[in-house]
Amino acid sequence: MPETTAPRDAAPSGTVPAPARATTTVQGAVPAIEFQGVVKRFGDNTVLDGLDFSVAKGDRVTLIGPSGSGKTTILRLLMTLEEADGGIILVDGDPYTHEIRGGKRVEVPEKRRRAVRRRVGMVFQQFNLFPNMSVLENIIEAPMHVLGLTRAQATVRAEELLDQVGLADKRDARCTQLSGGQQQRVAIARALAMDPEILLLDEVTSALDPEIVADVLGVLREVAETTDITMLIVTHEMQFARDVSNRVLMFDHGRIVEEADPETMFTSPTHERTQEFLRAVLGD
Amino acid sequence: MNDVWSWQRAAEALPPILEGFRITLLATVVGTAIAAVLGLLVALVRRSRSRWVTAPVGLAVEFVRSTPLLVQLVFVYLMLPSVPALVVGCVVLGVHYATYMSEVYRAGIDAVPRGQWEAAKALDLPRTRVWRAVVLPQAIRKTLPGLGNYAISMFKETPYLFAISVVEMFTAAQQFGGRTFVYTEALTMVGLLFLLASYPTSLLVRRLENRLA
Repeated sequence: MPETTAPRDAAPSGTVPAPARATTTVQGAVPAIEFQGVVKRFGDNTVLDGLDFSVAKGDRVTLIGPSGSGKTTILRLLMTLEEADGGIILVDGDPYTHEIRGGKRVEVPEKRRRAVRRRVGMVFQQFNLFPNMSVLENIIEAPMHVLGLTRAQATVRAEELLDQVGLADKRDARCTQLSGGQQQRVAIARALAMDPEILLLDEVTSALDPEIVADVLGVLREVAETTDITMLIVTHEMQFARDVSNRVLMFDHGRIVEEADPETMFTSPTHERTQEFLRAVLGD
Repeated sequence: MNDVWSWQRAAEALPPILEGFRITLLATVVGTAIAAVLGLLVALVRRSRSRWVTAPVGLAVEFVRSTPLLVQLVFVYLMLPSVPALVVGCVVLGVHYATYMSEVYRAGIDAVPRGQWEAAKALDLPRTRVWRAVVLPQAIRKTLPGLGNYAISMFKETPYLFAISVVEMFTAAQQFGGRTFVYTEALTMVGLLFLLASYPTSLLVRRLENRLA
């Protein structure tokens, strides 16, 4: 599908300003996500200080690092739940919240932000299902009111997704009647119902009891295997990171201190901070 | 004539008092409806990002809340002589209580977890859907007991309508007393009717509160 919607990929470099910095993606391809000098402060605390990185289409990138290292902030910036104080973020080459025009950093109008945001989906640590709706209503709400599907169309798709996450029989249940693991699987179905090109997974198993973590990760593994959705994953489940991702970024104090494929990262990390972190996480 | 309680007098007082009770209920129901709708509007408008919108509305709310209901009733009644007293009564009660109810709504909206807003944004829901489908259904559930309590308060303040000559229950009793020179039975029945109506209602509100908690 990306091929048919990618005339901008073929645009001569004269019309599209070349990315300001070298990226790690395949030469010539527009990255799914690109951060250019992104700065994010919370009060006096600078969480991201000129972060550059990019994610190729279809990549599954896991962000690891100690809490407060800026991983979740990156996901929240990509969902526009936070706004960057500096730098720009591109999705498929399109400026997201800010762009450089005439050498100045200016805000992108809300209409264009929305067009970009529509390609991005997110699953939250606390599920955030709408408790006033049934499972099915949670899933069809956005397809109906954002994508403009009819109730019947949205329901067909929702039922497929519920089947995929193993909750076909919970269609009409209230979300509050479901276990945490079930709620999270509904939340995954809800995000997938919007056909995102990019899926952000923010510590999706951290609020779950250990024995049901596997169900949720199983569902996500299947999504990773059967789709080409670009995924950005923040997790403490190192085995999951290893199984699903093809790239791991180690963050510390808002900077990438090490970047490698999961095998290398988890077996022979080179940076001292990574070694410390992995010892602490995998130690017990 | 000087017995403390006469059942016969009580029976005579009952019909006008019941007619007054009808007016009391009418004023309460219409007043509550106005307060509930206007209160919600005020709560929503006060969330606007523009100070040009929030400042005047905030000032108006403060003004209405800081002046006595009785003064407001009489003032509006005298300023608008062509408007029927009952209409003035319902609207003034409604506007007065709207300022209180707007605070209940505000608290209810604030109590909707941030994650709900974030999930709505992640799904890119349009603003109107975020409010109509996600935030308000959850917020209003939480506000129902608070709104109920204010409706009961309003019910108990309807005797102020006496001041603008709306013949609600209390005024009816006063008039009966004025005719017969004995107030005991009429006023006792008014008190009992207020108790009879508001106590079960407040129990109902409390049950609602427990169920929604």
